[in-house]
Amino acid sequence: MKKILVLFSHPKFEKSRANAVLIDQIIDKEGVTLHDLYERYPDFNIDVNKEKELLDNHDVIIWHHPLYWYSCPPLMKQWIDMVLEFNWAYGPKGEALKGKTCLNVITTGGSREVYCSEGTNSFTITQFLRPFEQTANLCGMAYLPPFAVMGTHNLNDEQLTEHANQYSKLIDLLQQDFNLGNGNGCAFLNDIEQLKRS
Amino acid sequence: MTESILFEAIVFLAGAIICVSIAKKLGLSSVIGYLLAGVLIGPYVLGFIGTEGEDILHFAEFGVVVMLFLIGLEIEPKNFWNMRKAIVGMGGIQVGGTMILSYFLFTVLGFEWKVALVISMAVALSSTAIAMQTIKEKGLMDTTFGTSSFSILLFQDLVVIIMLGFIPLLANVDGNASAENTNDHTNLLDNLPVGFQTLAIILSVILIIVAGKYLIVPMLRKVAKTGVRELLIAAAFLIVFGISFVMEYVGLSPALGAFLGGVVLSNSEFKHELESTLEPFKNLLLGLFFMAVGASINFIVIANSPLTIGGILIAVIVLKAVVLYITGQVFGLKLDQKLLLTCSLAQIGEFAFVLLSFAFGLNILSQDQMDMMLVITALSMSLTPVIGIINERFILPKIGTKESVKRPMDHIAKSQKIILVGFGHFGSTIGRFLRSHGVEATILDHDSNRVDFLRKMGFEVYYGDATRLDLLESAGISEAKIIICATNKIGVSKAISKIVKENYPHVEMMIRTKNRYDAYELLNLGHENIYRESLETSLTLAKDVLSKMGFRKYTLNRQVQNFIKYDEDSLRRLASEPKREDDYIFKAKKELEQQEKFLNEDFKRGIVEYDNHWDSEHVRKALNNLKEE
Repeated sequence: MKKILVLFSHPKFEKSRANAVLIDQIIDKEGVTLHDLYERYPDFNIDVNKEKELLDNHDVIIWHHPLYWYSCPPLMKQWIDMVLEFNWAYGPKGEALKGKTCLNVITTGGSREVYCSEGTNSFTITQFLRPFEQTANLCGMAYLPPFAVMGTHNLNDEQLTEHANQYSKLIDLLQQDFNLGNGNGCAFLNDIEQLKRS
Repeated sequence: MTESILFEAIVFLAGAIICVSIAKKLGLSSVIGYLLAGVLIGPYVLGFIGTEGEDILHFAEFGVVVMLFLIGLEIEPKNFWNMRKAIVGMGGIQVGGTMILSYFLFTVLGFEWKVALVISMAVALSSTAIAMQTIKEKGLMDTTFGTSSFSILLFQDLVVIIMLGFIPLLANVDGNASAENTNDHTNLLDNLPVGFQTLAIILSVILIIVAGKYLIVPMLRKVAKTGVRELLIAAAFLIVFGISFVMEYVGLSPALGAFLGGVVLSNSEFKHELESTLEPFKNLLLGLFFMAVGASINFIVIANSPLTIGGILIAVIVLKAVVLYITGQVFGLKLDQKLLLTCSLAQIGEFAFVLLSFAFGLNILSQDQMDMMLVITALSMSLTPVIGIINERFILPKIGTKESVKRPMDHIAKSQKIILVGFGHFGSTIGRFLRSHGVEATILDHDSNRVDFLRKMGFEVYYGDATRLDLLESAGISEAKIIICATNKIGVSKAISKIVKENYPHVEMMIRTKNRYDAYELLNLGHENIYRESLETSLTLAKDVLSKMGFRKYTLNRQVQNFIKYDEDSLRRLASEPKREDDYIFKAKKELEQQEKFLNEDFKRGIVEYDNHWDSEHVRKALNNLKEE
């Protein structure tokens, strides 16, 4: 069974309905480590050695965060800057993350429709997440399409729970090392066959 | 005379010690032990205590009076207001529902309406003593079941007061009740019309409130200033007896007066002192009360009509359980919480004894009716633990619903108690910050002038010596999550930490220290959360100095964090090094050596050099090295 590390970063988790439901669904799963960055490093003073150790002990890295201004919250970026060191994560001797799997799990207020060339946001989620994709590439990790819970402002409890169950199922698939390919041509993991069937 | 009193006292005390020990061994509540002891020494078994049961009961009612005084102390008008919906809602449904149903039940059984009404009042009440004890023993105060129970019991305690005021109105108004049941003390209200009676009641309530503010509190302050501990005990009893006397004089229930007195003093700084002073007496007096009840259970009544008694007993318990279950349903409790609530409060409470004997004294109930209900009440109390065990062992495991696990971020629970010791400049800053987040710490301070001043500023501060276990206990240390020692006296902190570690190891301690040496001592005592007041402030100043010299602020910030981390590590490393005793010169020398050692280490370790995040030079160097290879 693959071990999963959920790097969760949300500066105001106590007010996030959507993330509360998502996290609740996966927090007690076996083989899943939930790492709440804002709770662990309220002072942004990241313990790099501890983080490297965590990464060493897991096979799948999930960046779970809300999408703020088309990117991740600042501590998540701080984590990337501090932990993914030259000659450890990348560079001539940087092979620590080679062969691991990586993906973004995001929540957005805007619905899927506004994230396209004709929509208010002009670009797709895939385009906005390019920096993460390339970060994973440079570290030699396989990058999967994102799992996105979108239009959170308009989701009712039932729909949220539905998403949370999908999230949990996705983690099962990742643990079984199920070949998700690169999402089988889907832009979102939400849309793959295995999660469609309830 | 004295011999008989001594002998009786011996019988009572021995009975209590033996029976309560046995009850505790069997995992039953002490109330059951006391009741059993009463039954044993009473006229029907061993016959040590004969007809004096009545007098003893009268004296033992002081237990109830003191208990109500303490309940009053617990009820701060503010908290009460915050919980008003739960208290009035849940309590109202429970008391109302139970009264209506049991009124019907007893009317159907052929009781006169007045009698049925009094009995239904008694039945509506549950046992605060039994229920709260069980909840605290099991550590369930934080659950919805705990708070619901508390709300309902509190409402009942309040309703009792109304009931006690109401029952006399039911009394047969055939002039001076000449029956042998009446109490023989003077009663001002007897000869007054109802309007004046009401006025007198209102006046005496106002009197207690005013006296509390302008007479009792100043008196307690004077007593506290003397520093003589036993004077406070005397004062506490003086208050309780005084109020009881006034209330009896105007013909009201002393319990009601004591409750009011408690509420008046619940906002004073002496709340905890009074609690810790009266608590042991309360339990013993209540024990005596329960024993007297046990002794006055009339077994001839049971023997005469076992089926009737058994039937009514079961009917009453079922009826109460149903109402409780519905109450839980209305307020959306989960199934397991509902069942706990149902099983914990299904008994008839100790106030029923008071109500019933009170009504008997007013000729509303006959001797037989009172005996029957007393027996049923006592039996229903005895059954509580049995019902609880059945629920825990056989029903709950089958349901398997668990309260959902708290998410690490849902933890802002009002019920989590924080105790803050010391409210000087350091402690008050802590208190203010906690308060700005809606967390009200229970504050203990031993400087009565400061306590006065801070109370004027609207803080909730209590006066007392925090190194005394009983004061910590009445401040609620057993339910506390954290105790903060913000005092600058290491001796006080050490004493408190010792007491807490021994008696309440589950309470987390957070301790302020002045310097490294105090921190070493506490670390060696096994404490983890030590806060040196000299660390962060001085680093903040140093940081600002370097900033004025041209260092970048963000880098400095990070270096300060690194420095703290590193200093905490070295503190823990050095704590275990052996140290010689208070030899000043040695200490000063050692201090210099240590500082020198630190400075060297800092320099060698080069915290500035070590940090190369966001530093492209280091990447360039590494790449150049590669090319050269």
